[in-house]
Amino acid sequence: MAIEVRIPTILRTYTDGEKAVEGSGGTLSELFADLETRHTGIEARIVDGGKLRRFVNVYLNDEDVRFLDGIDTKLTDGDSVTILPAVAGGMV
Amino acid sequence: MLTITRALYDRIVEHARADHPDEACGVVAGPVGTGRPERFIPMLNAARSPTFYEFDSADLLKLYREMDDRDEEPVIIYHSHTATEAYPSRTDITYANEPGAHYVLVSTADTDGAGDFQFRSYTIVEGVVTEEDVKVVEEYA
Repeated sequence: MAIEVRIPTILRTYTDGEKAVEGSGGTLSELFADLETRHTGIEARIVDGGKLRRFVNVYLNDEDVRFLDGIDTKLTDGDSVTILPAVAGGMV
Repeated sequence: MLTITRALYDRIVEHARADHPDEACGVVAGPVGTGRPERFIPMLNAARSPTFYEFDSADLLKLYREMDDRDEEPVIIYHSHTATEAYPSRTDITYANEPGAHYVLVSTADTDGAGDFQFRSYTIVEGVVTEEDVKVVEEYA
């Protein structure tokens, strides 16, 4: 099952500079585990303790997966997943 | 060094002033590889906070799609500090994920007499903050 995954600049060190890679899995969690087998280290940048990192946004097609089922969001063939680090900060 | 037009500089400052006492944030995009800030894109601070900013997640996706379609990148990522100096905080450094960008910080602390107005620029690469000069020009050469 092929799912397109769009990779942000900051994580392209794990994908040989590729802007998009393919992966497979029935859920986001499985997809990130699958990516890890070819792009060692990438999973830990997205997932922490079995959950999505707070300041990494993951979108299934156009939807922020926090409004779906988070890391348990189900995927189907042909889906597109986009990873974007939050742009955030503050004075503290 | 960050080279920026007077017009863009003024728009960043206006945005920071308008949103005070909340932090304002946004991007100035430019053609990939040129390092030239051109397209001013003010963003909504989803946190609506005087001490924190975060781009709204749906707006963030739209922004990056749009930049991708136009072969642009975020040349400047700006935000304001409303009561402290315009220097990257620990939070700013932790979440700085664009090593190629100029991180512009504006301090609007002068509004409440809490400090000086400041407009400063930095690169933040793997946790290392380097301040750089800001050159304001009428137009790019």
